[in-house]
Amino acid sequence: MAAPIDLDDVVRFEREERARFVRRALVCTSTACVTAGALPVRDRLTAALDEAERTDIGVVSTGCPGLCSRGPLVRVEDRAEQTTIYTHVDTEGAGAIADEHLLGGQPTDGATTMPPDLPFFARQERVVLETAGRIDPERLEDYVGEGGYHALAKVITLMEPAEVVDAITRSGLRGRGGAGYPTGRKWALLAEAEADTKYVVANGDEGDPGAYMDRTIMDSDPHRVIEGLAIAAYATGATKGFVYVRAEYPLAIERMERAIRAAKRAKLIGRNVLGSSFAFDLDVRVGAGAFVCGEETALMASIEGRRGLPVLRPPYPTEKGLWGQPTMINNVETLANVPAIIARGPDWFASLGTESSPGTKVFALAGSVADTGLIEVPMGISLREIVFDMAGGIPNGRTFKAAQTGGPSGGCIPAQYLDTPVDYEHLRDLGSMMGSGGLVVMDDSVSMPEVARFYLAFCRDESCGKCVPCRVGTEKMHAFLDRICEGTGRRRDLQHLESLARTVRATSLCGLGQSAPNPVFSTLEHFRDEYEALLVDLEEPDAGNRSEEVAHEPA
Amino acid sequence: MSPREPRATVPVTIDGQEVDAVEGETILSLARRVGVPIPTLCYLDGLSVHGGCRLCSVEVDGDPRLRLACATPVWQDMDIRTSTWDLQEHRRRIIELLFAEGNHICATCVSSGACELQDLAATNRVDHIHYELSYADEGVDASHPKYVLDRDRCVKCTRCVRVCAEVEGASVWEIAERGGGSRLVAEMDVPWGEASSCTWCGKCVLVCPTGALSFKGRGVGEMRHDAEVVAFLSRARNEGEWVNRTDEEVPS
Amino acid sequence: MVPPPPQEPHPSGDERFALLDKSLRKARYRQDQLIEVLHAAQEVFGYLADDVLLYVAQALRLPRSRVYGVATFYHLFTREPMGEHICSVCTGTACFVKGADAIVDAMVSEYGIQPGETTEDGTLTLTTTRCIGSCSLAPVTVVDDDVRGHLTAEEALQMVVDRLAAAQDAASEQPVEVS
Repeated sequence: MAAPIDLDDVVRFEREERARFVRRALVCTSTACVTAGALPVRDRLTAALDEAERTDIGVVSTGCPGLCSRGPLVRVEDRAEQTTIYTHVDTEGAGAIADEHLLGGQPTDGATTMPPDLPFFARQERVVLETAGRIDPERLEDYVGEGGYHALAKVITLMEPAEVVDAITRSGLRGRGGAGYPTGRKWALLAEAEADTKYVVANGDEGDPGAYMDRTIMDSDPHRVIEGLAIAAYATGATKGFVYVRAEYPLAIERMERAIRAAKRAKLIGRNVLGSSFAFDLDVRVGAGAFVCGEETALMASIEGRRGLPVLRPPYPTEKGLWGQPTMINNVETLANVPAIIARGPDWFASLGTESSPGTKVFALAGSVADTGLIEVPMGISLREIVFDMAGGIPNGRTFKAAQTGGPSGGCIPAQYLDTPVDYEHLRDLGSMMGSGGLVVMDDSVSMPEVARFYLAFCRDESCGKCVPCRVGTEKMHAFLDRICEGTGRRRDLQHLESLARTVRATSLCGLGQSAPNPVFSTLEHFRDEYEALLVDLEEPDAGNRSEEVAHEPA
Repeated sequence: MSPREPRATVPVTIDGQEVDAVEGETILSLARRVGVPIPTLCYLDGLSVHGGCRLCSVEVDGDPRLRLACATPVWQDMDIRTSTWDLQEHRRRIIELLFAEGNHICATCVSSGACELQDLAATNRVDHIHYELSYADEGVDASHPKYVLDRDRCVKCTRCVRVCAEVEGASVWEIAERGGGSRLVAEMDVPWGEASSCTWCGKCVLVCPTGALSFKGRGVGEMRHDAEVVAFLSRARNEGEWVNRTDEEVPS
Repeated sequence: MVPPPPQEPHPSGDERFALLDKSLRKARYRQDQLIEVLHAAQEVFGYLADDVLLYVAQALRLPRSRVYGVATFYHLFTREPMGEHICSVCTGTACFVKGADAIVDAMVSEYGIQPGETTEDGTLTLTTTRCIGSCSLAPVTVVDDDVRGHLTAEEALQMVVDRLAAAQDAASEQPVEVS
């Protein structure tokens, strides 16, 4: 039997190996940059070095550094801690970078580069994404070399499970999947549950359109998720884990699977983790295209090979989950925070962000801003700082109209609240929510009733059909919005839309249905005049003839 | 635990009335025992809890969310309200949604006069539907020699799915597709008469709350269901009471 | 443990069932692996025809209704043969804000098919997808394995036109006019 990995050995080796290189080119090979043509760029660089027979210059395929709108990105690190980031690199540009910078030692003239102090990066606080974009996600040693798996080794050798739960509780970490439930409390619930088998699950079913934080974490730093999950298992007494990834993320699936195999070989998971008696088995489960499977109970149904229908809670998964056994489901980003909390201490983590929402949050910036991509910022930062300082504001001479957070479950935040601190409570008070971290910026060309109709169509299509208010209610709400957006809606339609929205919110079975009306409520609250302007009867309500009412007798 | 063992009681308030509830029983079971009406549709004694119709939602003091009476066990000093104005409004809208989703023309329905959806509309005073009708038009499956399926009258309560899987053990029925497109199918969406796993037991027909499943040959208003048969069967199984039902209990 | 069903060649003589058997063995005939098995079956057959579902139901000893229910619940399972080429337009939020609707409309009017449908000659299937996570490139369209962003409706349409033309050229092996 092979011995478990010696972490310190790997660190030493990686450090020596790194020192061997005069220069390294880090090419982002995450989804967005690959789409923009990163692979030929990498191959061109590699070919140039092979041709020159230079083994002291390295080309590394990394995960996502975040600035997706300027991809493909190539970051050249000279030994003297000097880095140049080339943007929009094509194969021709890659040739120039190889010849002039990698081989010639001089930054390439004329190529588009990025100032190193670009606020997009300078204002970030990277905990979850600490190593994403700097390491090769397909090499376990890269992660270990950056201090990876040391937190796992620390809990196994130095800490009792209860101490680990306590550390997570004291850090104040809250679920990054949207609702913000205290993670430590969830861990404690599973730890208390008594059963032969307990499960921990990483929820990577990131279905919110416009959100890709979890995908990036999984395809850029998969070992961080594995380490977080293994620590969770150790702390709660779970012996079996799953990483549930949506099928739309082929690269994330591939890299998670590869990382799990590597971790098993290194005995970082498996029967005797790092030579201890702690055993933890881990597998990837792939979704098949159902947004509702992001909901805990639907996700478990899907893992069990059934239709992804949510079931009533209680009992909660921590009491009765997968195959009837206690199960804990944590979002991917939540778990990716865990290694840092253990390594650097709960007090350090609690000092980041705000008092009620400690730590950082990764946002996927999209829509009408100059720079889009992935950012990690301390909780409590204002929307204005994100949109205008970091993302460079609204392009094309347009003005800011609203920021949509929380995806189909969230809402639209108008310009007057740009200075609101971004944390769980403030966003909720504005009728939106943190959600998983999608942040879509809309300029003044966007019609808000259209936005509400877009999200309603999404929820209608993604409703599982189990409960009546969501199955039929979202369809009928969408019909009212259709009428209003097409310019044939009347005041009565708007009233029925609002009353129906209240029923759908109050009576739906799961979070999908309960939050489906949120985009309607929030756009009505902040942009009611846009709805009013579309109505065809602008006279006083109930002034019309009652017999005109569109109604049908049942029977 | 034996069902005959007397269980402890807990004090509970339901619509202002102070009552003793049996520990562990659901709000619905308590309400029925003390005569407080709570509307239900998908719930059926003897089958697993589905929780899809949402009609039995009630308010519990101190709880920001509504609770389902069919699935929520009582707890000590629980203060339950079953028919506030908000709840009545929600119920009416849900019933309207059901009418708007299907094609519920009572005047041509075999189950008219003995239909749970019709009763729900009457008791909750639903006399108009404010939502766009879907005009469901799936047609009728009359391929089975004994029974008829009219999908346009199906409310997707899954009673038939559950009784077939849980009591008969045949698993003929399933809800296929999803969301607004979800529909009741036999096996792999074959005509019912071709479903080889069907045992012709007819329990799905007996438990159907509407005219979606009926005995062949029934005219308008002639179909009578017998949903209590499931409670009878499950009681017999659980408590070993293998006795025949009296003639009055069995509808002709 | 349930003994696996006997390994005989499928009566139809279709060798693809042997590949499906391999996936079933890998899943150890566990019923909770239904979704993985269906993914594998779709990979092998291209789509989930009734006889394939029936085969899976028997192999995993699951009721037919249950397998059918799962196969029709998830978006990524298809029960119709797909076209030779698949054009998938992302209609996630970022793409919506940047005009994905216009791309869908352009495809619909050019090829006369709605999303989810295949052209009569079986060459093209049009689908929409809710966010592939390349929001910074919005609007994004995927033709077969080719993902492209920042597209106007005309550019997206041209992408499909080019792909179909290239395939036709390759098939006919005739010299073609380049317009």
